[in-house]
Amino acid sequence: MAVTRVSRVSSLPSGKAFGVARRILLAENFVLYLSIVFFAGLCLFMPYIASGRNLANLSSNMWPLLALVLGQMFVLILGGIDLSQTSIMALTSVAGAMLMTTRLDPALFAKSPLWGLLLSADGSPISGTLLAVPLGIAAMLLVGTSVGFLNGLAVAKFRMPAFMVTLVSMMFFSGLAIYLTKSENIMYLPDGYTRIGSGGIGPVPWSLLVVLVLAVASHVVLRHTVLGQWFFAVGKSVRTSVVSGVPTGRVIVVGYALSGFCAAVASILYSARLAGGRPTLGQNLLLDVIGAAVIGGISLFGGKGKVLWALFGVLFFVLLSNSLSMLALPFYAEPVVKGAVILLAALLDVTRTRLLAREAIA
Amino acid sequence: MVDSILQFDGISKSFFGVRALEDVTFALRKGHLLGLIGENGAGKTTLMNVLAGVLAPDSGAMKLRGAEYAPRRPADATTAGIAFIHQELNLFTNLSIADNLFIDRFPRLGRSPFINRAAARRQTVGLLQSLNLQLSPETLVDRLTPGERQLVEIAKALSTGAEIIIFDEPTTSLTAAETQRLFRIIRDLREQGKSTIYISHNLGDVLELADDVVVLRDGRLVDAGPARDFTMDRMISRMVGRAIDQIFPTRESKPSHEAVLNVKGLSQAGIVKDIHLTLHKGQVLGLFGLMGSGRTELARMLFGLEPFEQGELLINGVPCRRTCAGDSIRRGMAFVTENRREEGLLMEATVVDNVGLVALPAFAIGRFPRLLRHRRLNDAVARIVEAMRIKSGPVARTLAKDLSGGNQQKVVLGKWLLSRPAIFLMDEPTRGIDVGAKYEVYTIINDLAAQGAGILLISSELEELMGLCDRILVMSKGEITGSFERSEFAQEPILHAAFKGHQRVPQSRESSGRAGGR
Repeated sequence: MAVTRVSRVSSLPSGKAFGVARRILLAENFVLYLSIVFFAGLCLFMPYIASGRNLANLSSNMWPLLALVLGQMFVLILGGIDLSQTSIMALTSVAGAMLMTTRLDPALFAKSPLWGLLLSADGSPISGTLLAVPLGIAAMLLVGTSVGFLNGLAVAKFRMPAFMVTLVSMMFFSGLAIYLTKSENIMYLPDGYTRIGSGGIGPVPWSLLVVLVLAVASHVVLRHTVLGQWFFAVGKSVRTSVVSGVPTGRVIVVGYALSGFCAAVASILYSARLAGGRPTLGQNLLLDVIGAAVIGGISLFGGKGKVLWALFGVLFFVLLSNSLSMLALPFYAEPVVKGAVILLAALLDVTRTRLLAREAIA
Repeated sequence: MVDSILQFDGISKSFFGVRALEDVTFALRKGHLLGLIGENGAGKTTLMNVLAGVLAPDSGAMKLRGAEYAPRRPADATTAGIAFIHQELNLFTNLSIADNLFIDRFPRLGRSPFINRAAARRQTVGLLQSLNLQLSPETLVDRLTPGERQLVEIAKALSTGAEIIIFDEPTTSLTAAETQRLFRIIRDLREQGKSTIYISHNLGDVLELADDVVVLRDGRLVDAGPARDFTMDRMISRMVGRAIDQIFPTRESKPSHEAVLNVKGLSQAGIVKDIHLTLHKGQVLGLFGLMGSGRTELARMLFGLEPFEQGELLINGVPCRRTCAGDSIRRGMAFVTENRREEGLLMEATVVDNVGLVALPAFAIGRFPRLLRHRRLNDAVARIVEAMRIKSGPVARTLAKDLSGGNQQKVVLGKWLLSRPAIFLMDEPTRGIDVGAKYEVYTIINDLAAQGAGILLISSELEELMGLCDRILVMSKGEITGSFERSEFAQEPILHAAFKGHQRVPQSRESSGRAGGR
């Protein structure tokens, strides 16, 4: 009796070269390798990219974005999304600048609803004092965390979809920032503050140090605390988490509050670099944040994420943006290419997940 | 074999070096019903996936009506006249019955792209009638009972002209009456010359229905023959590879008089009414009732997952009100839910993360932040995995979804054991797991009772409760309608209490100890 041998299901080509490619694709640090290869490739064609000035530029773009992505990561792990991060940045930028500025032009700000109450031609009541900078920064962190807290409350307690809640809060708070300033930038910030944007310890900029601390803290929270484990559990199954005694509501609220906090940190860095409070700060950053997170491999379906992934995602994304802007493409081409790369990243993520799942069967 | 319609010939399949099937050879006779049994992980599902074209065998071949059959995709199996009725039904609950039946091949109006609703409706009515199902084709599947959904699946199989029908655990979520109806239909189909493979852990059902029996163990065929030659004992011993002299381990401990859980007059309109019960230290208290009797809801209220309007709940004599699961856990309670996929496990998380989930706070130092002591946690998890003999790959990498049902359930039990509770609420802890795993769960329950835990055990299997419990409470329509001491255990009065207030009188099947009805 002729028995036909049925070929194996695996339609993947075999061979050594493929094995190596597969290993790299499945590697934990895949995005890092990709970034290195990409960077090396760029160096061949645009040697300028490795110049000191450009590297400094890259770094100054990278750290505030990483702060945002770290915050976004908490929310993504929970299975949510925070679209309001950019408006949190705008609002905190404005709020901090109002407290710290030493001079406001009445011609511009007299129509602000806070004129006469909090604001005058000399800034705010604490302007010029020693406390201006620390209080200003504290206020920014507080405002950012509070907005995140409200987002979390709406998602956890009223069970509204995160997309809706944060979309609305994006509109509301960026509108508020514009309303409070009548769409004017607040300048004349104290030197003590703007030095955060330009100075540093030796060659190491403040922004790197600040975000490094934030990243290490995020890593500790995620991997080494009960709360971190709860983030992943909630992201994987809310129902199982509830039965297992995880205070899911509180965990969700904390996640969004952390996202707001991180957005405030990013806002502090950006505002210091721009030496001003901008009601439109971060307007175009949302795609960068979500894009970098997804490229890094943080799943939009929840339950998966790592600080290192966020870092690699940001690294690749910043390299990409940087090289694109140096190519002097027409202004519409840049988002097209960026969008395509994010799509590719999402596709890669799906492929990797599928391959990893097959490995796991063994 | 002359009259075989489907033949498996030396089928082998391994996943990354692990043998799932090895040289499996047997035949399905035309117009016969073949019962396929085996423990979880014995290879039944893999074999059916090979048949369905989901997986290709490493070696071996299949023959269908004498011709070679090598499906490359599930659609090939459908074309060849093989239909699968799965454990988890594959229906669109948001669509109507007719839409579900014709979703992939709606009748058209001529050659136009428009659907001929009238024709779809007419054909659906015909199919439903052939199954004695009195439902409108427009009924949304969402509104059907599990039993009715099963029949819709069968109708779908028939509508594709299937000659071979595979049932995979079809009765797990059916009531007794629905099970009876299903069996009648399966027999009718056999009369009409359809051939059937019936996969089930309920060996009694297999004995009742099957013409032939095939037993798989560890991917090999270990026994096969006409069903009349099989007994329950033979099936079990072949499945587990050793004789199980008893189904239930013996209880040696006696419950104490110390109450760990007191429920006084618990009520919630429309769900439960005036529930009184006392759970003692070291006691296994059974809670029997039909589906919808309020037994699951009661357990959820006790654990703080659902609110109750009236009544008092005392844990170790301390009254508790408005609790949440976290509070209950801190007071020493554990809740093994009836649906381990949705509420018991994080399917996408590792065994370690699952087992550790409940007891996490106990493995942390500091208050803010609560830093985890990974080493201690991992050691504790490893001890649980070993003590419970959870069969799994490396526990830090294996995902819960890749374990067999029995091992998944042991992971659920393990995660509660890690928090050392004194009160266990267990809702159908042996649902959908094989004989061997069931025995292990029974042993765990006995050991827990012997160590002084109080266990509230909810089950639809009366024999199980009678084998394990010190006392059985019976619920019907949200009320406790009977209470039986061990010395008074007898099927008839217990079933009688379970049907109190129900119109339908229990039929012959109920006396074999399966709960059902709505």
